[in-house]
Amino acid sequence: MSLPDPSFLVIQFLSGLTAAMFLFLIASGLSLIFGVLRVLNFAHGSLYMLGAYLTYGVVAWLANTPGRFWVAGVGGSIGVALIGGIIERTLLRRLYGREALYQLLFTYALVLIISDAAKLLWGTGQLSVSRPPILGGSVPVFDQVFPRYNIFVILLGPAIALLFWFVLHRTRAGRIIRAAALDREMLGVLGVNVDRLYTAVFIIGAWLAGLGGALVTPVVTIVPGMDVEVIVNAFIVVVIGGLGSFWGALLGALALGQVMSFGILILPRFSLVFVYVLMAVVLVMRPWGLLGKPLRG
Amino acid sequence: MLEVRGVRKLFDGFLAVDGVSVTVGHGEICAIIGPNGAGKTTLFNCITGHLVPDGGEVRFKGQDIAGRPAHEICRQGIARSFQRINIFPRLTVFENVQAALLSHRGRGRDLFTPVEGLYREETLTLLEQVGLAEAAEVGGGTLSYGYQKQLELGIALASQPDLLLLDEPTAGMSAQETRQTIALVERIARGQGLTLLFTEHDMDVVFSIAQRITVMHQGRIIAEGPPDEVRADAEVRRVYLGKAR
Amino acid sequence: MRRVPWGLFALMAAGLLPLAGSRFYLYLGTDIAIMALFAVSLNLLLGYTGLISFGQAAYFGIGAYTCALLMVRAEIPFIPSLLAGGLLGAAAAFLFGSFCIRLTQIYFAMLTLAFAQIVWAAAFKWNSLTGGDTGLTGVPFPGFLDSPVRFYYFTLAVVGISLGLLRRVVGSPFGRMLVTIRENPERAEFIGVHVRRYELAAFVIAGFFSGIAGGLFGVFNHSVFPDFSYWTKSAEALIMTILGGMYTFLGPAVGAGILLSLNMLVTSYTEYWPLVLGLILAALLFLFPGGVMGFLETRLRRRRHSEARGA
Repeated sequence: MSLPDPSFLVIQFLSGLTAAMFLFLIASGLSLIFGVLRVLNFAHGSLYMLGAYLTYGVVAWLANTPGRFWVAGVGGSIGVALIGGIIERTLLRRLYGREALYQLLFTYALVLIISDAAKLLWGTGQLSVSRPPILGGSVPVFDQVFPRYNIFVILLGPAIALLFWFVLHRTRAGRIIRAAALDREMLGVLGVNVDRLYTAVFIIGAWLAGLGGALVTPVVTIVPGMDVEVIVNAFIVVVIGGLGSFWGALLGALALGQVMSFGILILPRFSLVFVYVLMAVVLVMRPWGLLGKPLRG
Repeated sequence: MLEVRGVRKLFDGFLAVDGVSVTVGHGEICAIIGPNGAGKTTLFNCITGHLVPDGGEVRFKGQDIAGRPAHEICRQGIARSFQRINIFPRLTVFENVQAALLSHRGRGRDLFTPVEGLYREETLTLLEQVGLAEAAEVGGGTLSYGYQKQLELGIALASQPDLLLLDEPTAGMSAQETRQTIALVERIARGQGLTLLFTEHDMDVVFSIAQRITVMHQGRIIAEGPPDEVRADAEVRRVYLGKAR
Repeated sequence: MRRVPWGLFALMAAGLLPLAGSRFYLYLGTDIAIMALFAVSLNLLLGYTGLISFGQAAYFGIGAYTCALLMVRAEIPFIPSLLAGGLLGAAAAFLFGSFCIRLTQIYFAMLTLAFAQIVWAAAFKWNSLTGGDTGLTGVPFPGFLDSPVRFYYFTLAVVGISLGLLRRVVGSPFGRMLVTIRENPERAEFIGVHVRRYELAAFVIAGFFSGIAGGLFGVFNHSVFPDFSYWTKSAEALIMTILGGMYTFLGPAVGAGILLSLNMLVTSYTEYWPLVLGLILAALLFLFPGGVMGFLETRLRRRRHSEARGA
């Protein structure tokens, strides 16, 4: 086997980064929801998928309007956030007192319902959205080319991470959220409206997933089944990074992105098994992941 | 029977138990008292295997049991009741005690005998001892608080322990329930020659039946001895000033 | 309600099914019988021990591949192959389970899911052994069971015996110890129950019977696919268990029957079965957490109470 071309490796690395950013968006929402609500939201991949479908829908509806991608992206992600809020407030909330199994299975029921709802509304075909003209075309990287849109995504990820870091650590709302992740009962005693907090966190988490789905539309084809595929990857990311840790989600996403990108090159037969083995190994040796904290009790 | 020497337990830098030593002789009834947060339950947890002490020794019948898993310690002959109710809520009262008996007699490995009639007499006898014979078919979780505490006791007794640890056995009870429970405990302990170590908040209870009392405060022992000595101890009075008499 | 041998009656009724003369119902009946075994074995962990496992599909798949491969590649007769499927399922359960039981709640569930995915991915990629994602096809009915009717009766026999054995196990002192673990693991520890060892034992037993179910299914289906081990298959079994009622022994079997029958019915009218399933599941979780059997038991208890009071 000949030595791979260095510019090719760079492209693979950048592809891994792009994939990582999408994973980060989903995983961070998942981790946030788990950290505060202690619910592992199986339907998070479905929310991501909804974001993609909604964006497609708005883009199609806005036909030739300039800037339609951005409008659609914002609309799509906010739409998903609202849907998430409604689900949490009307349905999920009623299951909080029950055992974890009921909440888990409810989110699984959502997966089933949302997946078919998407099929009903948009059919089973493969859909796609074209890149916004501003970010069209490619950028030369050594002697290869790399899509400009992907560079945008790669830059957007850390930007969102920083935004969230700022909110979580420098605003009162953020402090409440972090405190909630540590000790929910205490918060209730301190007069924080825990119900509204939960809804807010769920909405934020859903928004992140929706945003991920919206942004991914020019990069992948939108198909039924993308929800199940993405949720398992999201699980791997949060396991590696640590359930409940925001930076862990970024770290895990970066790791998984590169593993997927290079794994296919180095050991194509094993890369699929390897990611799951990695997930298992992390859970066995350090269940709370790289940056998470051991759950008490 | 039980020798605790210099046991320490740290929680994230907070020293819950700091060099505590307690000795309980065969057949004695001893109490550990102290205000909330003194470390009594943590000490119990170190003895019964729920926590691993960070320092010190725990010896039971001459054997070192510090850090051993809880189920092993139980099999050595220590039984325990818990401060908050710790029963099997969806099993009936009968099944609760029967389960303890089954485990104690080593029947847990039996995969084929129907469990319904096993140890029926022994279970009913135990239920009578703790005053729950009529409630045998009632679901554990539906009992009133007082009866659940009695069930706790029944489960603990089912393993025919040599040493019985009771963590706040009368917590949350009315004065009458407390008297009844303590009378019951004392009767059983004396009747079976059990060694008893318990923690309590209620001073009347403690002074009425304990032969020796250890007083803990903020993780350390501040007094130890027979009830009269402890009652007169100045340090103890200071700690308990204004609290239950 | 407990004294009546419902299981036996159901088995006898099931035995009469071929007389209906319909290939279709025979197919459905075999499917239900197999999934009933899978669901009941899962419930040993869920309903009796209180362990939420998303990974039973792993043992189902391992059982299916083992049995089919032994029959097709090594030409070993069906019954030993089937047993081997169960044994390998049990062995895998022992291996995976040893790791899983060290974790709690959510982490436990995720690790079981990870192991199922490992099995799926291995089956997916190991083309030479498993045929990859095109699957292992052409698995025939064994010689002595060369008709659907015969295979149905054989399945009923195997499932009946398996369920009978499982019934003994859950009704035994061992089973009672599992229930104490479900009810209060801390207390169980302190009546002398070595919680991890019992959980592992339950894991292995469940793995064995899931493997048997898988082995049966592979032959029934005449083919084995990696998807047999995808975690969503575990979710299917979990739904059957909840639907039927996880606190009764036959609940999951009832759930399997209802779910597969509904599936047949609904898919003949519409392709949106997942939507229907999701709605049913949600309704169950909110309105009937005890499942069908739980609902019936509460009704019967209320009627007995009102009768007692009225009389």
